[in-house]
Amino acid sequence: MTSLLTFPKGGVHPPESKKLTADLAIEVMPVPDELEIILGQHIGAPCTPTLEKQAEVREGDMIGEVKKGLGVPLHAPVAGKIKSFGMSAHPMRVSAPSMTILTDKEAAPRTYTKIEWSHLDSKQLLAKVHGAGIVGIGGAGFPSHVKLSPPPSNPIDTLILNGAECEPYITADHRQMLERSADIVEGAKIILKILSIKNCFIGIENNKPDAIAAMTEAAENGSTSEFAIKVQPLQVKYPQGSEKQLIQSITGRKVPGFALPSAVGVVVHNVSTTAAIYDAVALEKPLYEKVMTISGKGIKRQANLRVKVGTKISDIVDYLGGVTPELAKIVMGGPMMGFAVSSLDIPVTKTTSSVLFLAADEIDTTPHSQCIRCGWCLEACPMGLEPKEIAIHVEAGRPQDTKQFGVFECFECGCCAYVCPAKRPLVQFIRLAKMKATN
Amino acid sequence: MTQAPQHGLWKVSVSPHVRSNESVEKIMWTVVACLVPPLVLSVFIFGIQTLIITAVSVISCVAMEAISQKLLGRRVTIKDGSAVITGMLLAFVIPPGVPYLLPVLGAVMAIYIGKHLLGGIGYNIFNPALLARAFLLATFPVAMTSSWLSPLKLQDSSIFHYMGTTIDAVSTATPLAVLKAKGMAAVIETFGAAPNIYTDFFLGWRPGCIGETSGLLIILGGLYLIYRGYITWHIPVSVLATIALLTWAFGGDTTFSGDPLLAILSGGALLGAFFMATDYVSSPTNKISKLVYGIGIGALTVLIRLKGGYPEGVCYAILLMNPVSSVLDNWFKPIRFAPPLPPQGGGK
Repeated sequence: MTSLLTFPKGGVHPPESKKLTADLAIEVMPVPDELEIILGQHIGAPCTPTLEKQAEVREGDMIGEVKKGLGVPLHAPVAGKIKSFGMSAHPMRVSAPSMTILTDKEAAPRTYTKIEWSHLDSKQLLAKVHGAGIVGIGGAGFPSHVKLSPPPSNPIDTLILNGAECEPYITADHRQMLERSADIVEGAKIILKILSIKNCFIGIENNKPDAIAAMTEAAENGSTSEFAIKVQPLQVKYPQGSEKQLIQSITGRKVPGFALPSAVGVVVHNVSTTAAIYDAVALEKPLYEKVMTISGKGIKRQANLRVKVGTKISDIVDYLGGVTPELAKIVMGGPMMGFAVSSLDIPVTKTTSSVLFLAADEIDTTPHSQCIRCGWCLEACPMGLEPKEIAIHVEAGRPQDTKQFGVFECFECGCCAYVCPAKRPLVQFIRLAKMKATN
Repeated sequence: MTQAPQHGLWKVSVSPHVRSNESVEKIMWTVVACLVPPLVLSVFIFGIQTLIITAVSVISCVAMEAISQKLLGRRVTIKDGSAVITGMLLAFVIPPGVPYLLPVLGAVMAIYIGKHLLGGIGYNIFNPALLARAFLLATFPVAMTSSWLSPLKLQDSSIFHYMGTTIDAVSTATPLAVLKAKGMAAVIETFGAAPNIYTDFFLGWRPGCIGETSGLLIILGGLYLIYRGYITWHIPVSVLATIALLTWAFGGDTTFSGDPLLAILSGGALLGAFFMATDYVSSPTNKISKLVYGIGIGALTVLIRLKGGYPEGVCYAILLMNPVSSVLDNWFKPIRFAPPLPPQGGGK
């Protein structure tokens, strides 16, 4: 095993809390009676529905496409009938346009057979990735085909697969790496072929030795003279899975502020996205299912689930036996960067990687006090910013002055607020600064 | 359908949803715990008097904190332990033989004026305890410079000494005062020659302020705070190294003949370096600023000790550097991960 790498500046070590679900194999959740599919699943333009109300759909049929702007098509997660168009609850935007599909319970699940893809060229492969509606499913939801067509001015030499999964609780990528190691490696080969490069590193935090072993074996079996795929174990440190920190850890290169990884010759994809790219190309299966971790002490049963896009949180809660009386907070995403939600009606999207049902003893609700200028946030910030100064300026009603502290370089990892002994909501202050400083 | 819990609503807030288990209270009470061993030792060295003065100081500071916060319409936060620290540090930097009125007046200065009128916790520019010491030194110069007690000799000590029954407030002088007035020969005559003088001073058997005499216990407390991550080594090391270096260079009869070890072990150098200069609010936050800040304190201390009118300069050196903290933090910014490239169309 090669030595453990990490990024040099900042970072924190929150309790991992991954034992709750790390050993639970991915189980397929039964399809609910109806699905609410949000039209804007990712960064970029929302989809326009391609079918009318009452139209019959088969599993995997295209139901929405992007007319103009950045985006990917949307596919029916189940066979059924389009019931209505309306609004759905949304974790970030409160509500968002969606369509509801009534599930046809009689229809058999669609099966896919593997095809040979090695004769396809870069352009054809890219078209399949776009056509299958693939977006980065690790979090931000950046359309994958865009990442895979970097500007010619930035030659790419390295592909990095992100298997760090540094957020506490979440084990979805971990399970995918264990259960679909060969698919992920084949997905990596598809990406390498699209980019016409040879080298791929799979970055995995050292708290997943079984995933490191499984992926190492798959990578050795999959490597050829054409494709060099290597697993790179990483130190356990949050936010190891942040794109810029991951690139620095593995290649030593620093992506400049506001630039994309292609600026330093690197393309990064999440391991689960890579599995979806394998599905899109080798099985011709569009992206309409999501492997998610459902965890926390606030739900009766924890699980790693494969669910259909459009499944509501309430359906998942019912399937897992309901919530416990200790439930205090529901978070979509990880506990460091996820969104607290106030409704169980929110549907799962392509980018939802977990729903956490946190009990009162798992969260912190201490009221915040004044900044004592201990400087811990400066030490914790992986971007070398000054969170305390940003917060103090926002409190003083001077958000426009926070640009000098690099507020727009902040990616809201939450390390500063995690370590703050005065429990100050630093990320909230930073978001306020970003909102007001732009105006 | 799933029901909301009967006993309350679900919480919503901006991420992160988990927090470390450190808190302001935990930091403050840990510092208090680190100040207890020097206090206990001071009772053995100077008698029960030191405990009474410390108690008066702590109680006055906590009461002043509550009164100030009530007067100014702020939330009363006496449980966070910060007023207790100020009280202990204030007692630690006054001579053991002063009248009890002094710590009470000091508390008013430290907490009401030094802390709350300057903005409250997080905003006080100066270290409140040192501000109070400077105030007392200016208003009660005789008491503050002559109420020294001789250390009780261990072999003479009986429990009665500590009960205060046989204490004579033996007027004596601190090593730095002797050094200032009469020179190094007089220091050796009064306190003994090396290596005994070093051992005595290191263990605390010398005249001085209540909490500043035992180098050993102050260093141990400081190291524990560094181990816990509550303070970093930068300020203590730069302060002490600068004092040692400059005293060695300029503190003797000829160049490079000063006694650096004695310089560190006497006066308030160690207490100042580990517990005063590292006060979060009045010190810089950045590592490089911390080093510069510490060098500044060390240099000013030696300047006052050697050339100024006072025998000891740590207190004024720190007070003089306090307002420079934010300036230093503005000069020495943390190194950004990778700042944006100059604009080329797309980037901003």
